[in-house]
Amino acid sequence: MIRPLLKLWAAPVLLAVLTIVGLLSALLGDGRWNALSAFALGTPVAVGTWFGLRRN
Amino acid sequence: MTPITIRRWAWIHKWSSLVCTAFMLLLCLTGLPLIYHHEIDGLLGNGVQAPQMAPDAPRADLDRVIAAGRAMYPNKMAMYVSQDVGEPDIWNLTLGDNPTDASYKSIAIDARTAQVLAQPSLEGGLMGVMYHLHVDLYAGLWGKLLLGAMGLLLLTAIVSGLVLYAPFMRKLDFGDVRRTRGPRLKWLDLHNLLGIVTLAWALVVGLTGVINTWAEPLLGYWQFTEMAEMTAPYKNLPPPMHLGSMQASLAHAVAAAPGMKIGFVAFPGTPFTSTHHYGIFMRGDSKLTSRLYRPVLVDAQTTQVTAQRALPWYLTALLISQPLHFGDYGGSPMKLIWSLLDLATIIVLGSGLYLWLKRGGAVKTEMKRSAANGAAVTATVEGSAAPALTAQGGEA
Repeated sequence: MIRPLLKLWAAPVLLAVLTIVGLLSALLGDGRWNALSAFALGTPVAVGTWFGLRRN
Repeated sequence: MTPITIRRWAWIHKWSSLVCTAFMLLLCLTGLPLIYHHEIDGLLGNGVQAPQMAPDAPRADLDRVIAAGRAMYPNKMAMYVSQDVGEPDIWNLTLGDNPTDASYKSIAIDARTAQVLAQPSLEGGLMGVMYHLHVDLYAGLWGKLLLGAMGLLLLTAIVSGLVLYAPFMRKLDFGDVRRTRGPRLKWLDLHNLLGIVTLAWALVVGLTGVINTWAEPLLGYWQFTEMAEMTAPYKNLPPPMHLGSMQASLAHAVAAAPGMKIGFVAFPGTPFTSTHHYGIFMRGDSKLTSRLYRPVLVDAQTTQVTAQRALPWYLTALLISQPLHFGDYGGSPMKLIWSLLDLATIIVLGSGLYLWLKRGGAVKTEMKRSAANGAAVTATVEGSAAPALTAQGGEA
């Protein structure tokens, strides 16, 4: 019961959480906060690019 | 989810998307250059820069600064004077024929020498066109509200797309793109992949965009309620004939809001203040609080502070939603990521449109295949979901 749910939603939920962290962290400060934001927001972009262009 | 539920969500997804897609494509395309408007303005020579001076150079009297600007348009009245975060050497003065003049003049003045630096104009240029197409479609408040309504449809499309993600992806691993079984399946999978990875960002940018379209009504409500309360004692007084010193007003406002910096000043009669007050909007010092304003009302004749209070939650929400929509608060990496997410959204919109246009073909292929097999279409979730979109499309 839990496993198919996890398989389906684990990646989307993780990416959504990273997106929110990225959006909020840069609001709080510069420097490290901006770096954290770039990493967290960059992950969904990287994941989308990777799977979108991947040849299997 | 039963096939009926899926069919209903598919109907919601299809119609909410179809109605807003053309607008959203326009917003994505015009938003892309707007992410880089500062850089583009600089390249086009429309940027304003103050000459280098010693950092401790004395500041010019603000009344002199305002007088220098007004001398260029003696028949116009001052509407606003403001200072950008990180640009303490420049005052931006706005002049108009009346306190709500939409075709106002903007003048940049050196904060140390009170010399006019430039007259940056949004109108006429390429970025002005992008701005209007993105914000109000050249139709003022109604254009904004229309785009806001389209934004609400986008949010509906995103949420219904999220609901449909489950039945469409049940048989696939995350990120699977079926490339060898025809273009429709390939684009369906890409639509789902890019839709799900950009989901949270698109929800936030969509929602904050919608909130931004309500800026004028929100401001109007604030004026009608809180501003009216703050200026109640002045209600029946005639408008001031002579305006007092802005420099003195500013000093009193700074003393009344210790630790804060000046964001902008609204002249009497403009939507941000009363007909009797300078509305001096102070802002905090940190990255977050520099986005938030605290209005301090100064009697425009006596230059004394008469009231101040924090902004209500809905205007705070409006101010916070601005950076979250613009993507201008995390340096150049964030701008790049914003552009890439914008491009991904264009692909999601385009592929969605493609999938709808190709709906008939998919149904025919499916029917041919089942006829050739001489068997009923297997009732897999995927099999029931994909025609749900297309069968409904056929009826419409």
